[in-house]
Amino acid sequence: MSNANVSAGAPPPAGTPLLSVRGLETRFFDDGMALKAVDGLSFDVARGETLCIVGESGCGKSVSALSVMRLLPPPPASRVDGTILLEGQDIRALSEREMRRVRGNSISMIFQEPMTSLNPVVTVGYQIAEAVRQHEGKSWAEGFERAVEMLRLVRIPEPERRVKEYPHQLSGGMRQRVMIAMALACRPRVLLADEPTTALDVTIQAQILELMRELQEETGTAIVLITHDLGVVAEMAHRVVVMYAGRKVEEASVGDLFERPCHPYTVGLMGSIPELGSSLVEGKGPRRLAEIPGIVPSLRAMPAGCRFAPRCPLATDRCRTEMPPLEEHRPRHWSACWHWERAQEAIHVHA
Amino acid sequence: MTDITADAAGGSAPAPAKRSRLGRIVRRHPMMVAGGVILVTMAVVAAAAPLLAPHDPIELNVVDRLRPPDEDYLLGTDAYGRDMLSRMLYGARVSLIVGLAVALLSTVLGLLIGVIAGYYRLADAILMRIMDGLMAIPGILLAIALMALTRASIEVVILAITIPEVPRVVRLVRAVVLSIREQTYVQAAIAIGTRFPRLMLKHILPNTVAPLVVQATYIFAHAVLVEAYLSFLGVGTPPEIPSWGNIIAEGRLYVQIAFWQVLFPGLALAVMVLSINVLGDGLRDMLDPKMSRRS
Amino acid sequence: MSTPENLAPGVVPPLLDVRDLVKHFPIRRGLFGTPAAKVHAVDGISLSIAAGETLGLVGESGCGKSTAGKVILRLIEPTSGSIRLEGRDITTFGDGDMRSVRREMQVVFQDPYSSLNPRMRAGEIVGEPFINYGMGNAGEREDKVASLFRRVGLRPEQMARYPHEFSGGQRQRLGIARALALGPKLIIGDEPVSALDVSVQAQVINLLMDLQAEFGLSYLFIAHDLAVVEHISHRVAVMYLGKIVEVAPKRALFGAPQHPYTEALLASVPLPKPGMRRARQTLKGDVPSPIAPPSGCRFHTRCPYAIPRCSQEEPLLHKVGEGHDVACHLR
Repeated sequence: MSNANVSAGAPPPAGTPLLSVRGLETRFFDDGMALKAVDGLSFDVARGETLCIVGESGCGKSVSALSVMRLLPPPPASRVDGTILLEGQDIRALSEREMRRVRGNSISMIFQEPMTSLNPVVTVGYQIAEAVRQHEGKSWAEGFERAVEMLRLVRIPEPERRVKEYPHQLSGGMRQRVMIAMALACRPRVLLADEPTTALDVTIQAQILELMRELQEETGTAIVLITHDLGVVAEMAHRVVVMYAGRKVEEASVGDLFERPCHPYTVGLMGSIPELGSSLVEGKGPRRLAEIPGIVPSLRAMPAGCRFAPRCPLATDRCRTEMPPLEEHRPRHWSACWHWERAQEAIHVHA
Repeated sequence: MTDITADAAGGSAPAPAKRSRLGRIVRRHPMMVAGGVILVTMAVVAAAAPLLAPHDPIELNVVDRLRPPDEDYLLGTDAYGRDMLSRMLYGARVSLIVGLAVALLSTVLGLLIGVIAGYYRLADAILMRIMDGLMAIPGILLAIALMALTRASIEVVILAITIPEVPRVVRLVRAVVLSIREQTYVQAAIAIGTRFPRLMLKHILPNTVAPLVVQATYIFAHAVLVEAYLSFLGVGTPPEIPSWGNIIAEGRLYVQIAFWQVLFPGLALAVMVLSINVLGDGLRDMLDPKMSRRS
Repeated sequence: MSTPENLAPGVVPPLLDVRDLVKHFPIRRGLFGTPAAKVHAVDGISLSIAAGETLGLVGESGCGKSTAGKVILRLIEPTSGSIRLEGRDITTFGDGDMRSVRREMQVVFQDPYSSLNPRMRAGEIVGEPFINYGMGNAGEREDKVASLFRRVGLRPEQMARYPHEFSGGQRQRLGIARALALGPKLIIGDEPVSALDVSVQAQVINLLMDLQAEFGLSYLFIAHDLAVVEHISHRVAVMYLGKIVEVAPKRALFGAPQHPYTEALLASVPLPKPGMRRARQTLKGDVPSPIAPPSGCRFHTRCPYAIPRCSQEEPLLHKVGEGHDVACHLR
């Protein structure tokens, strides 16, 4: 293995954020009960920056992205509160018509399962061309030209031939590339990617991640990458937001987060993944993986106080009654924990 | 979109508020409940026909022939002076018996053949070609042929309607068995040494219940209609038995002077078929959660 | 029942010994369903597992690793080859003989949602093996199920619940309890932790390793996550398009991979260490179709080191180190 110590790229200059989310709250209504899937999430992404949102299933990370895109079922099934500023413009105030123009144009999204997000009865070229036509008022010919250009950009071989193919004729990795091509066709300034490589094999994942990085360098797109894979985070992120049970529990630059995590949940996550190369370390055998005992709380029965308290080895009475605020404990490093200084002791190994 | 809410809810805790099951069904599927109520009412009335009928349905009474509806004969009389209301009450029995018998028979036969076809590859190839052949036979021609070979009777009508229905059920059951057989839990059951009968009864067949119930209601409705067609054409229920199709067939000749002979049985037929179909649609929505949430 | 052949007296045969296993799925076309082509899902793999050992089987989707597991379990009929469990050739066992073998060889599936019958209660699911083999009366069965529940970290009170009332990790525990019920010697795990969240995945991996230590179980651990496989396995086999391209003790495989495909796989895994992004050669293109696999070495279409010989002659597995076999012309 040739481990060259390439840095993750210097963090981009802290300019005005392209996308700024403040106090995002998303509720679903089911049988008269309000379920708060996202509770007070705030984040910023600047030009050329990649922000990773990490968390396990049900933590609200995908719902947050859909809320920003305004792709959730309309009220009364759901309700979104908070401010979402895209280049300074509050997109929550836009009409559905105006939002359609913004979507795909200034901000686009890539989904985990490309097959369900592509129209199976239309060629991929048509799908890209249509987006270009609608958003930029171009002709069909220009749209198809752009489609070929986009497919070439995402490194699909023989783009002139592929542009006339249907989604089912493409492999999983190719479909995901088509999704990216579609999302980038109108040169959005912000790209939301929801687990874009989770359904792919590692060798294909490596290609897609590299592609996203290269495209970002070329176009300066701000990327919000939603993932559960800490390896992907370490490779892609400039900044990281860790979510648990609908709330942001920690935010830091990627280096800071991995070096000095300040929330027991982050520490637990890191301890629970087996590491590649573990067998090469001299020792008796594999180290026991740290477990986070228990399961994620249900939205219908959120614990009072800190939501992680029931699973946290450091939890005290205070944690179980008082919700810890998100505080900047170190420069540009926030966490919501009463015991953040001791967070690193949170490795919990069961006997 | 329901997936999102389910995922966000963590999916583990069951809903705490459990209201009365019946009330919930009525609230969510009012049309289905209405259809069911109408059908049950019709069945009860048909069963109680001897008690409710004001006149003998077969007795001829030439004096009162072609009487329009009045207080003596609520729905009028036919060309032989027989009471329409009484004849229709008895006719409902024929419709319901034929419908129910066809639904049951075709479901049972279809289930048996479908399970075999779904499980054994060789049997599948042979059985399905036979089913294709059966499906190609028009029910009315089959009925005419059977009538020509035997004497007209309700049993023959039931048989004639059932035969072309069976392949539809077979296809349905086979499709369910084929898809469930590939489910991981069926493979898991085989891996823990589950024998074939238990595998079928415990793991595969329960999945066919919901679609079969729905299909059976559609067959029921269809059979009621076909029985009426066949009787109308004179190849169905023997003319001496009052069935709605027979009543309409006889009334056809006098429709210009005695519309009630065609109108009332026609209406009754429409209401019965509609109520069964509405019931079937409701059951489908109720038994398939994905469908019901979308509505 | 056959006796082990070709073995010196006194040599203990491996618990599981698979030789030249092939599974081709015919693609039927036309009126009579005549096979028009075939999917080379598993194309002649050999592997063995000793008692108490974990063999990891890795590869990308479509490489045939899951099919291999199911063929070994005889849930899918093999096209050719042999499967021996404790020296008995079970390849052609009928349903009756297979039922006796199933007590020794169990399976845990990937998807904790579809692998449990949604209409059965958790206790019934875990207790079904006892019913199948007529073990104990109702009361004894319930006691056994309760102790299995406790062993896998579930509460016996949860026996009356339905699968949908459990979380993903708990369902996977149910699947493990069911596999343990008959006291098997070998458990085939078909991506048993892939569908779980990382924190829960750690719980299940720890449980599987504890159970191995306690009962001396052997595992065939099929997965695509290399770090997980490295953690849990003793030896690892790498599959590509229906073939095993490399097999070795894990330290050899992860420390000094010999096959270019293994190398590329390892280099593709993103490491949870920021700033350690590797200057790697990403593999180009996609996995070719298993309906018409490439000639010669199946990896030659994507291999950065391919030479003309690779497209003409198929490389055979040969020994390059202690227990370390690789199928590559260049090694």
